[in-house]
Amino acid sequence: MAVQTADTAPPAAANPVLGPAFKDALIVGLIALGLFGPLIGFETVIIDGALGLAYRPSLLAIMVGIIFFGRLLLNVTLWSPNRKPSTHTGPTLFDRAGTVMGPGVKPALLAFAVLFPAIAIFSLGGLNESRYLIDLGILILTYVMLGWGLNIVVGLAGLLDLGYVAFYAVGAYTYALLATSAPINDFFAGLFGATFWANWAFWICLPMAGIFAGVWGMILGFPVLRLRGDYLAIVTLAFGEIIRLVLINWVDFTNGGAGIASIPRATFFGIPFNAGPDGFAALFGLPFSPMHRIVFLYFVILALALLTAFVTVRLRRLPVGRAWEALREDEIACRSLGINTTTTKLSAFATGAMFGGFAGCFFAVRAGFVSPESFTFDVSAMILAIVVLGGMGSQIGVAVAAAVMMGGMEMLRNLGFLKQIFGNDFDPSLYRMLIFGFAMVAIMVWKPRGLVSTRDPTIFLKERKAVSGDLVKEGHG
Amino acid sequence: MEIFVQQLINGLTLGSIYGLIAIGYTMVFGIIGMVNFAHGDVFMVSAFIALICFLLVTTVMGITSIFLALAIVLVVAMVFTSLLNWAIERVAYRPLRGSFRLAPMISAIGMSIFLANFVQVTQGPRNKPIPPMITDVIVLMDNGSYQVTLAWKQVIIMVITAALLGGFWYLVQKTSLGRAQRACEQDRKMAALLGINVDHTISLTFVIGAALAAVAGTLYLMYYGVANFADGFVPGVKAFTAAVLGGIGSLPGAVLGGLLIGLIETFWSAYFSIEYKDVAAFSILAITLIFMPQGLLGRPEVEKV
Repeated sequence: MAVQTADTAPPAAANPVLGPAFKDALIVGLIALGLFGPLIGFETVIIDGALGLAYRPSLLAIMVGIIFFGRLLLNVTLWSPNRKPSTHTGPTLFDRAGTVMGPGVKPALLAFAVLFPAIAIFSLGGLNESRYLIDLGILILTYVMLGWGLNIVVGLAGLLDLGYVAFYAVGAYTYALLATSAPINDFFAGLFGATFWANWAFWICLPMAGIFAGVWGMILGFPVLRLRGDYLAIVTLAFGEIIRLVLINWVDFTNGGAGIASIPRATFFGIPFNAGPDGFAALFGLPFSPMHRIVFLYFVILALALLTAFVTVRLRRLPVGRAWEALREDEIACRSLGINTTTTKLSAFATGAMFGGFAGCFFAVRAGFVSPESFTFDVSAMILAIVVLGGMGSQIGVAVAAAVMMGGMEMLRNLGFLKQIFGNDFDPSLYRMLIFGFAMVAIMVWKPRGLVSTRDPTIFLKERKAVSGDLVKEGHG
Repeated sequence: MEIFVQQLINGLTLGSIYGLIAIGYTMVFGIIGMVNFAHGDVFMVSAFIALICFLLVTTVMGITSIFLALAIVLVVAMVFTSLLNWAIERVAYRPLRGSFRLAPMISAIGMSIFLANFVQVTQGPRNKPIPPMITDVIVLMDNGSYQVTLAWKQVIIMVITAALLGGFWYLVQKTSLGRAQRACEQDRKMAALLGINVDHTISLTFVIGAALAAVAGTLYLMYYGVANFADGFVPGVKAFTAAVLGGIGSLPGAVLGGLLIGLIETFWSAYFSIEYKDVAAFSILAITLIFMPQGLLGRPEVEKV
């Protein structure tokens, strides 16, 4: 389609810019045609049990046309050889926005996060009406917390962990298995009464989930942390998959792919959220509403996420945090200076794993059901994408990236006009991973320090280097 | 005994496919030192291109000769997959040379996610089955209750793999392109000083890797008769395991590793448990990297400042 348009377009040789630009765009358009031709131009559909082909020439033409005209437009405007090179070397728009908002943005975001349930309830006019928004808030905060946890490993220590979901799974299964265990229930029933374990399981298991996940982090991390960066990534990926496959296949222990259901709900520090006389509503003299539990869960995950952020910020000021950042910038230099790289890496790995375990425990109590389906590689990839998009090492960037990517997609789903454009079965969340993948590549190519924030080391000797550590190879610059 | 021979045949077939993919990993690693995480998904895309081409050839063009159809599909899949991998290198990896050390890896992971989901969005999440292509078998052994069979498609896979590896060996050892490639592998800066176009050589490395992956994708489609958008991930990791086991950077190592992984996987499924076959492959990856990072035929890595 684009090729035909190209043939009918007037010759543009008069202008020295337009000619080469046109030729270049034509080549790129042809390459795009070759790339998209098979997969967009044809669709394999199953008709009457047999596989057949459907044709989508218009969609292909639109895609190739966008690329052709986009490239042409860029060639004659931004990339034009006649264009004077930009003399503007100061901070970019993002940086300036960052400095302007800098001091105020963190308290403002925090205040918004704390007041969010109240805002949702008042703006939507009732507890039950706000359920969707608060659930979304819980989802976003879970990913903020996971992002912050992985940020310790990837952003601070520079270890690429592709199996972070394993620790999320360990946390979730720790709670699910302990809370539904009959012997433990019977044991506590004999000591403190029949409902003790159901009411207190979450609060007892939460620290245990974190500890277990941290221990798993050490067990898995110890042999592999001597490996170079990309090997480490693949081995963590393999461990993540091994744990998921064991969860699926060890049916006696984990109930396999069917998962574990009817996990005890969260309680208000021992007071269950039910309509009974001992329930939360009766005790505080409120009319019973199932939303109390949801709002409470929101504050639990908010507190957990803030704990993660607080611990990270404090750790960065300790010698171990400084060692993490140094390790990220230059591992060989670290070793020469006598930093034990294995234990330093291990501490980062285990700390990150611990927060993953907390988040997993929260996931189990919120959903009331865990199955291996929830812990696929996609989740690891999503968390990693959030960390990369936010800017590795930056707290606020990760939070913004999580909110935009998780919340933004959910919001898009409800926009009516998108359905009018793309048809009724249009579901933006299908495109979420597509956008994540594309964004990861784009960020690495254009702004490797992240879209929202930078990741400069916390301390410098004397002055900042002219070349930041993330623009040079290990051991150079 | 019969079961053993049968599993040996199955394992070698599977191993051939892994070996073809593993070459793509090991070549790219050798020349630019990155794990091309998206290679498994390039393999999956090639299977889809082969699927679409196969449907076009058989249903639209009406070619009934299965061997002619297969030949056309192979060539088309190789061409389009090579173009894809060339474009990927150009867009996602080339701008990152000299960036910080995790950048190409993250970019490759992003590309892998993108490719898998691009296929999911454009082709749908369901399995795409095609009718079995070549069903004839040769009975090698028969003890009354158990037949050892060698399917023709297994023969085709092994023959095509062996022929391609021969051609590939010739390319790397005897041609100027192969010499340039080996030179870039040893010292990129020096190669550039001696007049080798390094960017061009790296691009061609990606093209060759993709062409071999496309052959693997086509053979995979022919062997299993099904394509799915998620099929790139696990074979990709297994082929990477093969490359690591054989010694990453070593081309004979990749083939040897591929055959070994194929054999281990089939024997594990036959004699231990089919549920844990992926666990076995992933464990081999971890164990090899931890205890024997240079692999069977690789050179030990020297860290330089």
